[in-house]
Amino acid sequence: MDARPASPVQPNLDAAGWARFIWRQLTSMRTALVLLLLLAVAAIPGSLVPQRSADPNGVVQFEQSNPDLFPVLDALQVFDTYTSVWFSSIYLLLFVSLIGCIIPRTQHHAKALRARPPATPARLDRLVGHTERRASVDVETALAEARTLLRKQRFRVERYGDSLSAERGYLRETGNLVFHMALVGILATIGLAGGFGYNGQRVIVQGQTFTNQLTSYDSFSPGRFFDETRLDPFSIRLDEFEAVYDAVFDAETMTVRPIPLDFTASVTVVENGAARAETVKVNEPLPLGATNAYLLGNGFAPWITVFDAEGTAVFSQPVPFLPQDANLTSLGVVKVPDGLDEQLGMIGFFYPSAVALDSGALSSVFPEPDNPVLTLNAFEGDLGLDEGVPRNAYSLNTDDLDQITGGDTGVDSIVLQLGESAELPDGRGSVEFTSLPRFVSLDIHHDPTQAGVLISSLLVLAGLLTSLFVPRRRLWVVATADGDEVRLQYAGLARGDDAGLERAVGELADRHVEALTHHDRATTR
Amino acid sequence: MENLVSLSLVAVYSAMGVYTISFILFTLDLAKRSAERPVPAAAQTSTVADVQTSTAAGAGSTTAVLEATEVTATEPSNGATRYQRAAFALAVLGFALHLGATILRGVAAERVPWANMFEFGLTATAMGMGVFLLVQFWKDVRYLGAYITGFTLLSLGIVTVNFYVDVVPLPPALQSAWLVIHVLVATLATAFFAIGAGLSIMQLLRSQREVRKVNALRFLDTLPGASTLESLAYRLNVVGFVFWTFTLIAGAIWAERAWGRYWGWDTKEVWTFIIWTLFAGYIHARATRGWRGDRSAWLAIIGFSAVIFNYTIVNIAFTGLHSYSGL
Repeated sequence: MDARPASPVQPNLDAAGWARFIWRQLTSMRTALVLLLLLAVAAIPGSLVPQRSADPNGVVQFEQSNPDLFPVLDALQVFDTYTSVWFSSIYLLLFVSLIGCIIPRTQHHAKALRARPPATPARLDRLVGHTERRASVDVETALAEARTLLRKQRFRVERYGDSLSAERGYLRETGNLVFHMALVGILATIGLAGGFGYNGQRVIVQGQTFTNQLTSYDSFSPGRFFDETRLDPFSIRLDEFEAVYDAVFDAETMTVRPIPLDFTASVTVVENGAARAETVKVNEPLPLGATNAYLLGNGFAPWITVFDAEGTAVFSQPVPFLPQDANLTSLGVVKVPDGLDEQLGMIGFFYPSAVALDSGALSSVFPEPDNPVLTLNAFEGDLGLDEGVPRNAYSLNTDDLDQITGGDTGVDSIVLQLGESAELPDGRGSVEFTSLPRFVSLDIHHDPTQAGVLISSLLVLAGLLTSLFVPRRRLWVVATADGDEVRLQYAGLARGDDAGLERAVGELADRHVEALTHHDRATTR
Repeated sequence: MENLVSLSLVAVYSAMGVYTISFILFTLDLAKRSAERPVPAAAQTSTVADVQTSTAAGAGSTTAVLEATEVTATEPSNGATRYQRAAFALAVLGFALHLGATILRGVAAERVPWANMFEFGLTATAMGMGVFLLVQFWKDVRYLGAYITGFTLLSLGIVTVNFYVDVVPLPPALQSAWLVIHVLVATLATAFFAIGAGLSIMQLLRSQREVRKVNALRFLDTLPGASTLESLAYRLNVVGFVFWTFTLIAGAIWAERAWGRYWGWDTKEVWTFIIWTLFAGYIHARATRGWRGDRSAWLAIIGFSAVIFNYTIVNIAFTGLHSYSGL
């Protein structure tokens, strides 16, 4: 970073002058600092309100509970904080400032790396750790010995008259530049390679096969440069899903709390024509070429069969119910568009371990299917499936539907245990809870930025370590003949933070004199 | 196992008892220093003006010379009283109990003792205390004893009373080697930031006293000069910053494994980023004219406050993926 103060404003600037002025301001340390702090502050709103990228349902809920505030915040892009115009402007300006700083510094450093240490100052006594010693050797011996000592400490040494000028710690500035360049590297990788990635979610019920093509996804977000040919060809079949729980008794609430211990999805992967058995676990994603599949959720998909009045099955498939709590009380929607006189829609709850509360309502007390019960409220009318508008499979708009069981209808809700069936009112047909497969929710993520960002991050760390802990310093040794003896002066100059400089000067002086004493003895002997 | 858990708790309470006495003695030491005539520490050259003019070391300007000479001119004139020695010995004893409590908890749980808020609090405060004790081998900063024992005591009280949960097995998301590395380094970073913030607070008090010639807090005169305190705080904070950077990177690598992406602006990720940015700002502020000294000290204190905020409010009140508080 450029720590020089901005040059004073010149009067009557022309366009180029203004541009230069603005550039200087932007690349000044002060501006970079303010932008950095601004970035920290600008990141806060995104942690206070739900973000569309991380928590889209949270955004919907926020809108419902704050209908007046929502449009204002939405206009300010607060729900997309990290891609908002204002957040992006701050970090882009910061990076422009950073690059404007790195370039001249790199040039400067490249020169410094080739340059000789600068000439010895005329007076050392105003510099750090200035100290004097005497030794009974000649000037040449003293300087030769000092050179050897400095070289051992990896100083670059240059002789000027009867003095040595030494500098070390070029790595400090190199590290500093690497640190800042690697930060640019992270941003550039995300900006360039991020567009080629994609991620999508898919619920797979036991026995079902997911094929990696666009139409198979439940939700899909492509990068900017994504095209369908980038989807690696593979398919995943869920053979089995196993969940292991521990039960902990909570004395305070007198209830049993489930502790998840392990989730394992056993799958069959077909890739390049070859099938193989694999497992997917939390923290152990399944690698599929350059794409990974992550196990992010699981639940039950009760197999529901609907028969018409004649007993012919008009609907028979597993329906994933979305878990609502730790005991997997789950909410699901069944849509039967064909086969009955009117279209049938059902909203229901599934309880893996159902118990009746005092109020009569059901509740699940454990996430394993110890007493699986399905309750359904049925509606009939136009499900709105034929309008060509995509509908969320997990919600049912009941505005245009007539309720036929539960609620105010006077007909009890349908309550089914596993294997049971119940009649729909007025001879419409019947519903059966046929079997209970499980489902997993997989996240399929292709992220070409990973390697670049990881390498850049490690460079950030390496650059940081060297730029903070390698001292960059200059040391000088001046030898003056004084009768039979030589008068030696030592001093140093810190370049950057260097708390140990004074001690280093003292140590050099001590070691030097010690070496010269040995030398003296050796020659006189 | 039940026995080990309660034994661990007994050790926590014992540590708190010992820390309490240690805290009182450390405070007495400071009070005693105020009462006694200050050592002629005022001969120290450091003034706030010095701190603020000595800038731009980063650019290799010659003012760095001024700073460096001045720091050594103000090496601690130790005005410590005999209370300090007793307080420090008790702090060591308290730490031994504290460390024992942490290890017992880990043994009882058959895993690292930092998988929920209570355990993280227990380990992080032990780490803070341990780093404080070890720092003495490098520089005598025992004048921070009241701050550190007070802070540790308060934190231990809060985590045992408000955040305590029984030992339960790890949920699948936490079953990873990264739990050991990522969280351990986070506690280390927190420890260094805590001590750095303590030094920054002392530095601000000292420089205010120098400027305003206030008569209160006379013990401050027995402390090293503001610029020495500043330099010490910086050197601890940069170590914290390196650990924090590592925590952030390790967290991202783990997040890729567990959640399918290395960065997703989860609330905890956001605050980790904010803290990183604040301390990056702090380091740059020291090399900026007019920012070194009081302003950079404030940044370090705000940064540490954000660390505390990240651990408490973000864990409890914000929704996010790091919901492992067990509360």
